[in-house]
Amino acid sequence: MNLVKYAAKRVLRLIITLFIVSTIIFFVIRVIPGDPALIIGGVDAKPADLEAIRARLGTDRPLSTQYAEFLWSILHLDFGRSMISDEPVTSLILQRFPLTLALAVLGLLIGILIAVPLGVLSAVKRWSGWDYLGLVLSQLGMAIPSFWLGILLLLVLAIRFPIFPLFGVDSGAGLVLPALSLGLARAAILLRHTRASMIEELSKEYIVAARAKGLPETLIRYKHALKNALLPIITIAGIEFGYMLGGAIIVEQVFSLPGLGRLFLYAIYQRDFPLIQGGVVFIAVIFSVVNFVADMLYSIVNPKIRLE
Amino acid sequence: MILRRKAQRLLFSLASLYLLALVALAIAAPLVSPYSPTEQFLDRRFHAPGPQHLLGTDNLGRDILTRIMYGSRSALLVGVVTVSVALLLGGAVGLIAGMGPPVVDTALMLLMDSILSFPTILLAITVVSFVGYGLVQVMLALGIISSPIFARLIRAETLSIKNEGYIEASRALGTAPVKIVVKHIIPNITSKVIVQCSLTFAQAVVVESSLSFLGVGIQPPAASWGLMLKDARNYLVQAPWMAIYPGLCLALTVLSFNIIGDYLSERFNPRLGELV
Repeated sequence: MNLVKYAAKRVLRLIITLFIVSTIIFFVIRVIPGDPALIIGGVDAKPADLEAIRARLGTDRPLSTQYAEFLWSILHLDFGRSMISDEPVTSLILQRFPLTLALAVLGLLIGILIAVPLGVLSAVKRWSGWDYLGLVLSQLGMAIPSFWLGILLLLVLAIRFPIFPLFGVDSGAGLVLPALSLGLARAAILLRHTRASMIEELSKEYIVAARAKGLPETLIRYKHALKNALLPIITIAGIEFGYMLGGAIIVEQVFSLPGLGRLFLYAIYQRDFPLIQGGVVFIAVIFSVVNFVADMLYSIVNPKIRLE
Repeated sequence: MILRRKAQRLLFSLASLYLLALVALAIAAPLVSPYSPTEQFLDRRFHAPGPQHLLGTDNLGRDILTRIMYGSRSALLVGVVTVSVALLLGGAVGLIAGMGPPVVDTALMLLMDSILSFPTILLAITVVSFVGYGLVQVMLALGIISSPIFARLIRAETLSIKNEGYIEASRALGTAPVKIVVKHIIPNITSKVIVQCSLTFAQAVVVESSLSFLGVGIQPPAASWGLMLKDARNYLVQAPWMAIYPGLCLALTVLSFNIIGDYLSERFNPRLGELV
């Protein structure tokens, strides 16, 4: 299968996934017992007010019309206006997104910088001190939720030793601790995968052949094996990036950062349905696109995958 | 290698012991603690850990240790219900996909993969934002969200064994499909499912505390580790103990379930241990 055909197939899958997700979102909102208008207006709202809210939400029209309009609006990336501030949902989201994105990118970078070297080292020197350090760190990383890690980092690096600001993003320094708490927590997963992938690569026949040929061990490990071992890591990193976005929502709350997470949470607290709906679809789109890009990168560096 | 096995067994025992203690304390909380988890003593705010309050008090004068014990009830309850719902739902989907016609298989798995491709915490926040928050909603949402991983696992296992000779023989003898599932397939996939249960339990505990931390999970005045951490965040300077102990408990619980899951998966599949 050539690259174009593979890309087309993946795009189709991307569209199907997004279609399924948005359909689920649409019906979940409407199937759930309780009229959103009643929730927004309150139990003792006047019938006329309720009608007005329904008209604004569009819930007074037939379900099929609503569904068609919903899909159409997603295609245009137009999610209507916020119930609370009356600003367009899309612009609200786009205002907040850069901070969350920066956090996720930094988190992913930190994760990769820690996980890949340590994972490779663990695989090359199995059952050595490095390997045990890696194992312990990855267990801890998986057990410590990013938001608690964030709190601990604040306790140590902002209060006990006031190196970083306690809350807020007045300077770039404000992003260091949030990114660290995201990156450290997710590095565990990347570490495990890097180690397993490297071990698998080192046990393959071409490595044996290279050794038999008398190539220096350093060359075998870091030129031949590492290159191939890192391929699957691209896919994992893509998935991890999505988790970073999700984690960022929580970590933003720890550090009082005005990102997408806060916007979304306030929308939930205030039952701002258009904003919730738009936020969910937006995150789903971003997440799917990131996975798609990771898959495409992977298929470029490893054309074999296109045959499957 | 032998030393490693021993270390693993020791870790497994420690993890089991910790979880047993946690369950015991969760059940016996009212007997063990002289304090109420919700009663407020405003004259006892921000007491540092000491003989009277072993882990200190919070911003409303509530005993932290007591709230941790009551919080473990929420965590364990969410874990048990989540795993049960996910296992039943995911198991049913997985078995139907594995045993049924390819069309059904493809459709079900497409749906499961769509759900699986999103981070659990995002899905959980989404579902809870629509269905409203509280203990019951969190448990049901988590159960549904966690089911695809079981569906995938059980489907794959079912497919890999359904054409084995003994099952084909049984089918040739006229055994009903339901009986084949109950007598042959389910017993053969139990070990991997148990491992997944342990991992899903750990994840459910993390997600519950995350949701509660965000304010969309368990609601005050009920006790939950996430909720305690949410309060703690506002008093990091005055009362760091408010943030340390509930988080420690949470991390140890997750760690224990992960250790148990890893240990069991190596026990059930010894060859895996050499690789991972």
